[in-house]
Amino acid sequence: MTSTPRHPSPTPPAVVVAGLHKHYGAFRAVDGLDFTVAAGETFALLGPNGAGKSTTVEILEGFRRRTSGTVSVLGEDPGQAGRGWRADLGMVLQELPEGEVYGSYTVREQLAQQARYYPNARDVDEVISAVGLTAKAGTRIRTLSGGQRRRVDVALGIIGRPRLLFLDEPTTGFDPEARREFWDLIRSLSSDGTTILLTTHYLDEAAVLADRVGVIIGGKMRALGRVDEIGGEAARVPVVSWRGDDGEHRSQRTETPAALVAELRTRLGEPRDLEIRRPTLEELYLDLVREHTTATKEQAA
Amino acid sequence: MSASTGTTTSTNTGTAPSRGRTAHPGGRPGSLATAIRLAPSRIGYEVRGYFRQGDTVFFTFLFPVLMLALFSSIFSGDLSPAGLTGDPANGTDTVSMSTYYLAGMVAAGLLLSGVQNLAIDIAQEKYNGRLKRLGGTPMSPVTYFLGKLGQVFVTGVLQAALTISVGVLAFGASLPTDAGSWLTFAWVFVLGLTGSALLGVALSSVPRSGRSAGAVVIPVVLALQFISGVYVASFQLPESVQHLANLFPLAWLARGMRSVFLPDDFASLELGDSWNLGQGALVLAAWLIVGFVASRLTFRWNRRDA
Repeated sequence: MTSTPRHPSPTPPAVVVAGLHKHYGAFRAVDGLDFTVAAGETFALLGPNGAGKSTTVEILEGFRRRTSGTVSVLGEDPGQAGRGWRADLGMVLQELPEGEVYGSYTVREQLAQQARYYPNARDVDEVISAVGLTAKAGTRIRTLSGGQRRRVDVALGIIGRPRLLFLDEPTTGFDPEARREFWDLIRSLSSDGTTILLTTHYLDEAAVLADRVGVIIGGKMRALGRVDEIGGEAARVPVVSWRGDDGEHRSQRTETPAALVAELRTRLGEPRDLEIRRPTLEELYLDLVREHTTATKEQAA
Repeated sequence: MSASTGTTTSTNTGTAPSRGRTAHPGGRPGSLATAIRLAPSRIGYEVRGYFRQGDTVFFTFLFPVLMLALFSSIFSGDLSPAGLTGDPANGTDTVSMSTYYLAGMVAAGLLLSGVQNLAIDIAQEKYNGRLKRLGGTPMSPVTYFLGKLGQVFVTGVLQAALTISVGVLAFGASLPTDAGSWLTFAWVFVLGLTGSALLGVALSSVPRSGRSAGAVVIPVVLALQFISGVYVASFQLPESVQHLANLFPLAWLARGMRSVFLPDDFASLELGDSWNLGQGALVLAAWLIVGFVASRLTFRWNRRDA
């Protein structure tokens, strides 16, 4: 899908967070967050472990109370909303180490049971097929592999036809092929109009799936925007890299990469291992984390 | 969704509020009517899960039957209103010890199916993330608890039927023939099992991990069985132990069941030479209220912080 918003949105945002704080004693797990997720958008929250991502998501899901700030999810305050509100939500929570949540039931039994709770549920067999578990539909969940169990989690998250889907580190432990299949599934959900709030450690996943990303570090939003905008103009200056005559790797950042390559061409002939690229989301992200770590150390010193 | 589900979802090109949500075939989510309508399927689901857990089937469902077989085989004497008798033909009516044990094991089954089953089951659900996941769905807690209560009753009835059948067919225990005894059986069973289920819900909040649940719950249940006239006949226990046991529901469940399975004159073996069913009903009702209040105060979908 293309960037969002595609049109001036007639529907109100799916998620609005303003001045959100969550404190545990003196520790500020979430320290003043503001962001909005438009209806139909896929939004990724990135950040190192302990940055406040999961705390934020759990507040949005209604599992955790906030210290202060305002939060609206599908027009309701998750701290007050009733069970009916949850009919429009899908949640794929972080996987627990035990991994035996619904062990003694088969894939189809568990999905059929959960489908009953929703007023407008998807067809059980279609969902099983969408997550690629048709051959395992009659298998007890306990005997599935870790990746297959995670797909059951995803299937349970979408069985109720949610308008807003929370995906908390959904592909941890997936092999590359399973991850790609999962991305296809998420894209098709997105193109059906489902709003998706994703947290992930995989920057490539965020870059592929998300319309916009927010980077949370130390409970604060350090960067927020479209994937191709993160870090601002300066951070996105292209990098030209090549191997010199001496065999050493060289790289140089420049606003005019073509001119640099032309100059290299006249100076060195055809440069070996020539590459021109913009910094990846991962590089930008790591820069942000490094900056923050340095700043915190300086503050402490 | 992928191509396979495109036909059902292709009309949802946006998140417009008019997503066909006016027609709710399942009723409004969160309403009490919906919560109750969903209960039967939830009960079926819970019962299926119960019988697929090998350790639950052994330590909760079959345990009274196994103990009945064990104790009836070891202590095969006869019992008269005066106590154990070596000579069955001494003029008074006698019953086999297996009948005495049958009453105790039926009572113990009520405690196991309620307290032990739910305390461990719910503690594990809390710590393996299942409760939290349920908390993220529109399913009402009412449906959840009706599912658990239904599971307790379905398995409790099957357990009592199995225990009684084995007692009668394999160990020659005798059954009451008068309607009054069966009426007593019915109210003791329903009151006892309901209270036991609620106490199980309350006790499920005590274990600090899913793995420790059995270690926390089973000793409590086992100790009660030893002091309440289940494994050791209550008239063989010191009076102080009997008084202690009478503070808890199991002793009254066992006494109530003995009043059902033993002839009336065996009341002479009880404290106060009476079945004392009225006091039993009060104690069971009091524990039911304690269980209900404690469940309401302690149950959480997840460990939600303040």
